[in-house]
Amino acid sequence: MSAPVAPARPTRLSLAVRDSSTMLRRNLLHARRYPSLTLNLLLTPVMLLLLFVYVFGDVMSAGIGGGGADRSEYIAYLVPGILLMTIGSTLVGTAVSVSNDMTEGIIARFRTMAIHRGSVLIGHVIGSVVQAVMSVVLVGAVAVAIGFRSTDASVLEWIAAFGLLTLFALAFTWIAVGMGMISPSAEAASNNALPLVFLPLISSAFVPVDAMPGWFQPIAEYQPFTPTIETLRGLLLGTGIGHNGWLTVVWCLVLAALGYRWSKAVFNRDPK
Amino acid sequence: MPSSVMPTSSPAGQPSPAAISAVGLRKSYGDKTVLDGIDLRIPAGSVFALLGPNGAGKTTAVKILSTLITADGGQAQVAGHDVATSPDGVRAAIGVTGQFSAVDGLITGEENMLLMADLHHLPKREGRRVAAELLERFDLVDAAGKPAQSYSGGMKRRLDIAMTLVGNPRIIFLDEPTTGLDPRSRHNMWQIIRELVSGGVTVFLTTQYLDEADELADRIAVLNNGKIAAQGTAEELKRLIPGGHVRLRFADPSAYRSAATALREITRDDEALSLQIPSDGSQRELRSILDWLDSAGIEADELTVHTPDLDDVFFALTGSAVPTQPNQPNQPNQPKEAAR
Repeated sequence: MSAPVAPARPTRLSLAVRDSSTMLRRNLLHARRYPSLTLNLLLTPVMLLLLFVYVFGDVMSAGIGGGGADRSEYIAYLVPGILLMTIGSTLVGTAVSVSNDMTEGIIARFRTMAIHRGSVLIGHVIGSVVQAVMSVVLVGAVAVAIGFRSTDASVLEWIAAFGLLTLFALAFTWIAVGMGMISPSAEAASNNALPLVFLPLISSAFVPVDAMPGWFQPIAEYQPFTPTIETLRGLLLGTGIGHNGWLTVVWCLVLAALGYRWSKAVFNRDPK
Repeated sequence: MPSSVMPTSSPAGQPSPAAISAVGLRKSYGDKTVLDGIDLRIPAGSVFALLGPNGAGKTTAVKILSTLITADGGQAQVAGHDVATSPDGVRAAIGVTGQFSAVDGLITGEENMLLMADLHHLPKREGRRVAAELLERFDLVDAAGKPAQSYSGGMKRRLDIAMTLVGNPRIIFLDEPTTGLDPRSRHNMWQIIRELVSGGVTVFLTTQYLDEADELADRIAVLNNGKIAAQGTAEELKRLIPGGHVRLRFADPSAYRSAATALREITRDDEALSLQIPSDGSQRELRSILDWLDSAGIEADELTVHTPDLDDVFFALTGSAVPTQPNQPNQPNQPKEAAR
């Protein structure tokens, strides 16, 4: 039998970091062992990318840049939105796996152990952000393969774009975790997370907001996806960012804070 | 019938300190009261069994004492910490094996063990050693590399308990540890529990099997409808109900009839051709019955001695009707009888 090891009295923070990284390893192990869920979710953005470029590309390109754009310019227009849609898709996976996990007996075990209370959720969030970023890289590679080129991005702008995608993934992952927590089943979780896949369709991802009906334009313009897409376009393609930069950051911080508090409150409720 | 064999709150100055104590624990879900004020005091190093039918509130009691849920009322202390105000102090001292398997099915048995070692902050090497040791002890070495969801019920239970032991807890909660296990696994589990106790661990177990409580527990509390109906050692509980009997069974109806008319204080069962004679099962009483049968020239085809067991106590305490005759043959769960 193990002799109890006298632990050097850990601080709250070191306990949180240690337990969260243990939980992160557990979640990454799950993802590595069962990659099909994550990979299946990547099919949607890749299919949409190919569909819009090769099937709708000629028609769609007529709607941007005053009508004179060709297909390669439409690829450039499309990719920032597709990258965010990729994050949206991985969020469904997050909600489903959190919901599945919460029904597992091992969560009850974690709750009766002297570990950092939030580590279960933090492990899920960081694991999902890592998967989201890897998915973005994969879909980005497909985009480059079919002709996407960043016209004038400096190294700093690349880093900023990467940081923006990560921040965006982090914010929405906390929301997706909350959605997973309140879902009684995987099916319910998948349905609850559907708006996160749907939102990019009513943003400036595929067509400019100007091309939408007037009454709808404010919604499309200020929902979180559009400012993020416009900021990403600005960083990668050199278009104007304007107020979209800080709008994006504010959206992300507010959503992250809300999602965090929500998930934590649900987790701290007595389990059934 | 007395509602309690022992006083529920112990006098000061008891020899061993309480590992678990509770006063007036209450919990309800909506308008359904699950625990209606239960008091417990479990000395360190002992085995305590909470016995009760399904839905009696056993699992709820375990969940409250193991800090999984909060009570609506009352107080409970585990390992000297209050479950409501110092849950982390409680958690550091306990290990819990719930009713439903608390293993991570997606990863292997070994990975489950190492996960526990990491969460107990054991150094890497120490963690590997403890994991390997416990896998060996619970006969899981061959299965260690397979995902836990592919394990049989008995293997999952063993892994579950092995995981509970990683942190070397001093108090262990086992919620129906043998439900759903085959007889061999069940006996293995009993053996495991006995080993734990010999190591000085306090065990709080719930069960709906009376023989299990009888076999393992130092003290037993019978929980019924959210209240503790009786509490004490198995012997004390058995003393609560009327004594045992000797049963004579006849193949020949005429022998049955002559015995039935000759004997007093008997209970007749005309269909089964059997008679029940009140008896404490002692050698002296048995001899007098045998002597009497011999002298009367009556030969019974079968003689069985029935001493009251926990089944009788259980039915007496949890049954709806007042059990004046706790050993009626039409009871759903036939009491064990020792054939002689």
